[in-house]
Amino acid sequence: MGLVTASNLTKTYRVGDIDVPAIKGVNFAIAASSFVAFVGPSGSGKSTLLNLIGCLDHPTSGTLKVLDTDIATLDRRAAARFRGENIGFIFQDFNLIPVLTVFENVEYPLRMVQLDGNKWPAEKRRARVLRLLDAVGMTDQADKRPDQISGGQKQRVAVARALVSQPKLVLADEPTANLDHDTAYRILELMKKMRDDFGTTFVFSTHDPKIMGEAETTFTLEDGRLQNGGSHV
Amino acid sequence: MFDVLAIASRNLLRYRRRTLLTLLLIVIGMLAVLLFIAVAGSFKSMMVGQITDSVLGHLQVHRKGYVASIDNLPLNLNMKPQMVAKVEEALKQNPAVETWSPRVKFGGMFSNFAETTSIRVNGIDPAREAATTPLLPGRMVDGEKAGALVGRGQIVIPLLLARGMKTGVGDTVVVVATNRDGSVNGKTFVIRGILEGVTGPGGRDGYVHIDDARELLRMTEAEVSEIAVRLKDFSRLERTNGQIKQALEGLTNKEGKPALEVHSWADLSPFANLARMIDLMTLFIKIMLVSIVLVAVMNVMIMAVFERIREIGTIAAIGTPPSRILSLFLAEGLMLGLAGTVTGMLLSLAAIFGINVWKPTFNFGQQQNLVMAPTIAAGDVLTIAALVVVVAVIASLQPAWKASRMDPISALRHV
Repeated sequence: MGLVTASNLTKTYRVGDIDVPAIKGVNFAIAASSFVAFVGPSGSGKSTLLNLIGCLDHPTSGTLKVLDTDIATLDRRAAARFRGENIGFIFQDFNLIPVLTVFENVEYPLRMVQLDGNKWPAEKRRARVLRLLDAVGMTDQADKRPDQISGGQKQRVAVARALVSQPKLVLADEPTANLDHDTAYRILELMKKMRDDFGTTFVFSTHDPKIMGEAETTFTLEDGRLQNGGSHV
Repeated sequence: MFDVLAIASRNLLRYRRRTLLTLLLIVIGMLAVLLFIAVAGSFKSMMVGQITDSVLGHLQVHRKGYVASIDNLPLNLNMKPQMVAKVEEALKQNPAVETWSPRVKFGGMFSNFAETTSIRVNGIDPAREAATTPLLPGRMVDGEKAGALVGRGQIVIPLLLARGMKTGVGDTVVVVATNRDGSVNGKTFVIRGILEGVTGPGGRDGYVHIDDARELLRMTEAEVSEIAVRLKDFSRLERTNGQIKQALEGLTNKEGKPALEVHSWADLSPFANLARMIDLMTLFIKIMLVSIVLVAVMNVMIMAVFERIREIGTIAAIGTPPSRILSLFLAEGLMLGLAGTVTGMLLSLAAIFGINVWKPTFNFGQQQNLVMAPTIAAGDVLTIAALVVVVAVIASLQPAWKASRMDPISALRHV
């Protein structure tokens, strides 16, 4: 049984009077602690699939289970709670909160997302944030605001934020698209290292052929369908 | 909660100019309202004080039907001594009553032996009248202010009459009046002083000693037209009015109906309408303040949500519960309201203090150089402050709700 399993998964958007299929009956499974990429050209359905796995959207039909939870059964509030507890996100544009420092951005999920305050008392929280900042090499930038650091550094902070609440799964939508080549590789190396250190499953999307080679498992999407049959390695 | 407030305050500081402009609007609104309440309130209290403390007293007790025909000063509606004694007993029993003054009122003709005009005469007990309407002697523009207001054989006349009849202090005049039986009687008086009116030179009220009034009207017993009552605490007027009415309810006429009526100054003076108008204006100013705060805060919060759509998408995607997103934006509205309220309150209190130090003067009718001394009750300040804060939170409710209901995917795609 995989960490994420999809069975005959479809997603159709309605644009005006027209139904636009984005995902067309895909089947796949993602094992725990794997390093997986969804690849394909723009419009192939990568982001839609990541949104579904991230419980940000509901499938039109089929089944998608994440950590044994059928995401179709989650309402808005439950989905938010599920994401907060189990899934970390890394965005293409980093999406750090501009009014918070690097430290506070990493700390944010522990303070604002986790409703159970006792789980992360101040000292434990601080230790966790500092450990993550150390792991991504950003300890010395902890007091800076996002507009005071580079794009690569912002994505490092985003990786730390995604991992801070110890999620089992981290989803990254085009995490290297806004970075230069060297920095992109360093971020992927960092993500792999985090996977090795924390056992977290990383699933990312990319349309860059050089980047997709870094994944241990690759699912190729084209026009909403998986080209390699949806098998996992 | 602290986290939410800390983030909210940083978000407000992120757009400093816009936040300051919004705060400025709230502060100006609060300043306008609190200053208006303080100045208009002090003007109103001063004027009410002038009217009650120099003419009407706080309350008046009459025989039933007297006030309805007060323009005629009907002598057949005077209170008999037994009735007066019962009223005085009821007043004595009420701890809120400071003192009272019985009056005999009648219309008469005033003559300087060459010309004649009409006059409304108040027969008073000088000591009790001075205690009930302590500002009355102060209205004397000619004649000795010290000592009893009138003695036996003396009359105090209004300025209008003195000018029109070309009479002055020390002159002898005659007052002619018709008593209840219809017989006409006259009595000579020496002018003791000349009084200015409360609201201007108008007014035809003169004052004589109550015994002279009874003598002129050939009363066989000590009748009283009205009893003016002064309370220890003016703020307890409504309650005391009710208590006295209740205490006098037992006094009935032959038909078994209440024999007496009790009126507060507001029932007897047209100035009460002006006072009500001031209250109405205060209400409108408050409504304007609410509108200013509502529009200003709602505008800034709508902008805040619109400019931070992607940020909202991010925090929603990483699992921030909708209720917490709602509270983040509500906290911004709350902090705007609180900051505006505290600043507006401090500036308003400083301005009120400044006016009290400056002591500007103004004229009201014949009253010259009245000192404006604005005061504001703590209750009023707290009510306005609470109103502004609550309105600020209400104004942020719609934008905050919108933010909390935002679809993370659409929000993250927003450019």
